[in-house]
Amino acid sequence: MRSSTTSGPNPAGEKQFVIGRFPGFAATSWIFLLYLYIPIFLLIIFSFNASHSATIWHGFSLEWYLKAFGNDDVQRAAVNSLIVAFIATVVATVVAVFAALILARGGRFRGRGLSYGILMLPMTMPEIVTAVATLSFFTAIKLDIGLGRVVIAHTVFCIPFAFLPIRARLQGMDTTLEQAAQDLYANEWQTFRYVTLPLLMPGIISGAMLSFIISIDDFIITLMVAPAGSTTLPLYIYGMVRMGVTPEVNALSTVMLAISLVFVSTSYLIGRKKQAGTANQ
Amino acid sequence: MPKPAIEIKNVTKIFQGHTGHPVTALDHVSLTIEDNEFFTLLGPSGCGKTTLLRLIAGFEYPTQGEIVLFGDSIRGLPPQQRPVNTVFQHYALFPHMTVAENVGFPLKMQGQRPDEMTRTAARMLDLVKMADFGDRMPDQLSGGQQQRVALARALAPQPKVLLLDEPLSALDLKLRQEMRVELKNLQRQTGITFVFVTHDQVEALTMSDRIAVMSMGRLQQEGTPIAIYEQPVNRFVADFIGETNFIQSTIAGIENSGARCTIGPGTTLGTGATADKGKGDAVTLAIRPEKIRLVKSDGAADGLQGRVAECIYTGTDTNYQVELENSDVRLVVRGRNAITGETLFKVGETVVLNVAEGAARILAD
Repeated sequence: MRSSTTSGPNPAGEKQFVIGRFPGFAATSWIFLLYLYIPIFLLIIFSFNASHSATIWHGFSLEWYLKAFGNDDVQRAAVNSLIVAFIATVVATVVAVFAALILARGGRFRGRGLSYGILMLPMTMPEIVTAVATLSFFTAIKLDIGLGRVVIAHTVFCIPFAFLPIRARLQGMDTTLEQAAQDLYANEWQTFRYVTLPLLMPGIISGAMLSFIISIDDFIITLMVAPAGSTTLPLYIYGMVRMGVTPEVNALSTVMLAISLVFVSTSYLIGRKKQAGTANQ
Repeated sequence: MPKPAIEIKNVTKIFQGHTGHPVTALDHVSLTIEDNEFFTLLGPSGCGKTTLLRLIAGFEYPTQGEIVLFGDSIRGLPPQQRPVNTVFQHYALFPHMTVAENVGFPLKMQGQRPDEMTRTAARMLDLVKMADFGDRMPDQLSGGQQQRVALARALAPQPKVLLLDEPLSALDLKLRQEMRVELKNLQRQTGITFVFVTHDQVEALTMSDRIAVMSMGRLQQEGTPIAIYEQPVNRFVADFIGETNFIQSTIAGIENSGARCTIGPGTTLGTGATADKGKGDAVTLAIRPEKIRLVKSDGAADGLQGRVAECIYTGTDTNYQVELENSDVRLVVRGRNAITGETLFKVGETVVLNVAEGAARILAD
């Protein structure tokens, strides 16, 4: 079967169904790709522009990157963003691991469906609603802990993003491995430590990476809950844009894009490597 | 008198089914497995054999009854506290550990020193002829090699009992035959009690010291391979193990060591033990196809006469379907082929059937 479909022309001359050969398919794909990526491509190009113009090319320069990195406000905003993203990621990932373990391995219990719904709700809720609700809640309880407000808000919406890959990994995991560990004299903690956790690690890393990039580019919720002095990078960029798009904004955006790309590809590569390692049957 | 390895005492296991109805997986099963025995639990899928294995391992607990291991009850003990290891059907090797780490895992959990652990793991890999594979990852091994590693890992902590859950079912035929011999040797070498679960009667007959045949959660018969094959107690056992002709008949008379049964107008057959049946009782007779010998009919010979209705060539043997004269009974008879490879009888030929003494058995039910 397999060899006959892959080895050269079909002797019977039958046309095989390949959706990629539909008329217009290639053209549509190209238009879609250009539509998606031309703006981003231009943004990156003009971040290296040697002039103040964001539309006319004057030659290559790293001037705007140097300027952006030399800006104290940018540095402060970047540090804030990193602190928030780091703490939110760690907390959200730990919570997500426990949640996934209970929901995927805890057997049936009352309110399991409800717990799942509640956990996923921040993902489907319009962000502006969460933002306003969080702000009024913080105001009502007079929570005044500076950047801590941003950390708490970010942790909440990061949890579902961390949860999804971890749960997917757990569901694809063979429970006989854990039974085997117990059969071979591992107690429950050892089973978790030596078998479940290492096998779950690709999911955990994916979840953490996802949380990190979701947190680092959040705007709406941060705008609402961040008190003065707790500006994050996206908020700062927005502030700059209001005074006109400069190549400095382009440079900052390009850096953020690069960070996201690094995280997403790392997460993907780790996932793929470990996936290959588990296929043992 | 040494203590038996495992005593299954009146064990019942009821699962809560998906629809909410309870499902009885094991129904009052009692069994004794002796120390240093190769014991096989044999039965079709869903007969409860795997459930019984999981009860012994500690993955499930009995609803009723008790399991005793070398004289001690293991009621309520979790798997890690039972001196019993399992070889899983799909091996369940840890994919993130090397072969040596896999084999060393139980030793590490038992708190062995690293150097001692390395030595034991190496010795175990040597035992299963995988000494050169310690640094490999499980996914770099073939199915047969994974099987050996799983065996080494389960044997490394020197369990008192090794449980094997259809470990050969994922291997191809040649490898399976090879592993049968090796498993049997390994059991002799280590002196560990093996409890082997399978649905394959050939596996059971070739490897076991004793077999327990199970069906529908009940124990059907327990005994040596020869006893199970030659003296099946009921229709299920006779049917599940090997091939059998079943004949409905009535007892025409009791003879000194057996009975004479009517199988057609004017046709009777001598049988073995009567299973407490008397004259006039309707009984089921069981005859193995290889216990009947076909002879060319010269017209005057006495004995059962028949006509070959069909020949099925199987290599060394041919299975003949023979229609009995004066009867609507059709028997399957297995005959060796001639040394030249030809079948000895042709379709339509008339033959005489010589049934060996005691070959026809009256089944209890």
